Amino acid sequence: MDDLLAERDLVLQAFWLTIQLAVLSGLCSLAFGTVLAAMRVGPISVLRGAATTYVTLVRNTPLLLMFIFVFVAAPNIGWFVGTPFLVKGVIAVSVYTSAFVCEAVRSGVNAVPLGQAEAARAIGLTFGQTMTSVVLPQAFRAVVPPMASVLIAMTKNTSIAAVFGLAELTFRMRYFANNSADDTTIFLTFALLYVVLVELISAGAIGLERRWRAAR
Amino acid sequence: MRHIRRAQAATVALVLAAALAACGDAGDDDDSGTDVDVAESAADDFDDGTRMRELADSGKVVIGVKVDQPGIGFQGATDDMPSGLDPEMGKILAADLGIAPEDIEWKETISDNREPFIENGEVDLVIASYSITDERRQVVGQAGPYYVTGQQLLVAADSDIESLDDVKGTEVCSVTGSTSLENIEAEGAKPRGFDTYSECVDQVLNGTVDAMTTDGAILLGYAAQNPDQLKVVVEPFSEERYGIGYSLDHPEMCEWITDTLEDAFEDGSWASAFEATLGQSGVETPEPPAMDECPAA
Repeated sequence: MDDLLAERDLVLQAFWLTIQLAVLSGLCSLAFGTVLAAMRVGPISVLRGAATTYVTLVRNTPLLLMFIFVFVAAPNIGWFVGTPFLVKGVIAVSVYTSAFVCEAVRSGVNAVPLGQAEAARAIGLTFGQTMTSVVLPQAFRAVVPPMASVLIAMTKNTSIAAVFGLAELTFRMRYFANNSADDTTIFLTFALLYVVLVELISAGAIGLERRWRAAR
Repeated sequence: MRHIRRAQAATVALVLAAALAACGDAGDDDDSGTDVDVAESAADDFDDGTRMRELADSGKVVIGVKVDQPGIGFQGATDDMPSGLDPEMGKILAADLGIAPEDIEWKETISDNREPFIENGEVDLVIASYSITDERRQVVGQAGPYYVTGQQLLVAADSDIESLDDVKGTEVCSVTGSTSLENIEAEGAKPRGFDTYSECVDQVLNGTVDAMTTDGAILLGYAAQNPDQLKVVVEPFSEERYGIGYSLDHPEMCEWITDTLEDAFEDGSWASAFEATLGQSGVETPEPPAMDECPAA
């Protein structure tokens, strides 16, 4: 414990990096995943095929493989060589998580009665307008709980970055554990920091559910 | 029926692929190390009841080595024997017992299982980039050192990094959780932790990070694989003394290991072992280190 307190700057820096990784990856995955979902339910068959292929390919690939590709394989052929490590981490996590976000959003879209979209098209809205102002707002409401699960899993998945050059929480945990006989305290402290982060996501999800329930 | 046929086809394809892979590798297996003079009727040289006598009589010795550190202890998928400085030391010791290199049983050890392997008698000797420390000497015997190295930096051949002061603000790779990474962070470098040394070498080769750091001996091994693209720089800024692990149940082994290595230092077989392995990186063969006294039995 004394080690942790003496070097709390390192712990806080690591915590901050994990937060950055989680928030940036979360935003990117939500945006990209929603676009993918719109492509998958949209009328253009080329886009539909592309999005379906993406989900099949990425969702069936382990995250570790994604990291190895972005951090080891790609630089070997000259890609991402000068890219900051944080950006590479966000790319690896987002590419992976987007597939899950896409499927969660799609389940929400499917939960919106077909009549809603038909009515929107009947009054002359385009597909884009139908999605953004009629279907997606209702779909998001339905997917808050599964989306929270996806984001929580994503937050914990950022720990893989520990062995890909990012000095985030898990990296620091191993740094401290290597130097101390008191592994248990160190493990519990870092586990607690992850719990705090994940609880923030849960609390946000509960808040959204409550707010959107009133609006229904 | 169709399924069976498909399975057969897959099996055939796999076998073919394996055969092809084996062909591809067979050609470049030219670093089989140095030859050693195997002592004849060696058993008579040792007193009854000593472990050396037992080993010489049985004509078999089990030696634990690493298999993932080029130049030190390395065994590729198609190699039938490990190569590197550590196996060379093993061959020298076995030869003194009258055991030919092909009769040595090599056992892969990793850093975490070296003490248990010695304590349980699974191996007779551990020669696996095994740094001598006081903590380890509490539980196992360590004779030597037969090689002294220290933390250094591996950089691209055209790198500007020349001294330890140059690493401030640069990105330096090593294995996550290792002491080397902590040491370099203390020097002001940005630590980049990866899972394996070979991933770090890739990061240096493709220019993602500025340098990689760990024991110089390990770095020399990688530099020997890519002498045109990589070089080892900076005076060692820590001291690692590689020793040979043996069981404390057989304290008599220490004198034997030390004497045999002393002979190898003097007759030049240590130097030729170094030249055939780590020396491939272009580094000069160092003076053999001074060895520790064996603890009084």
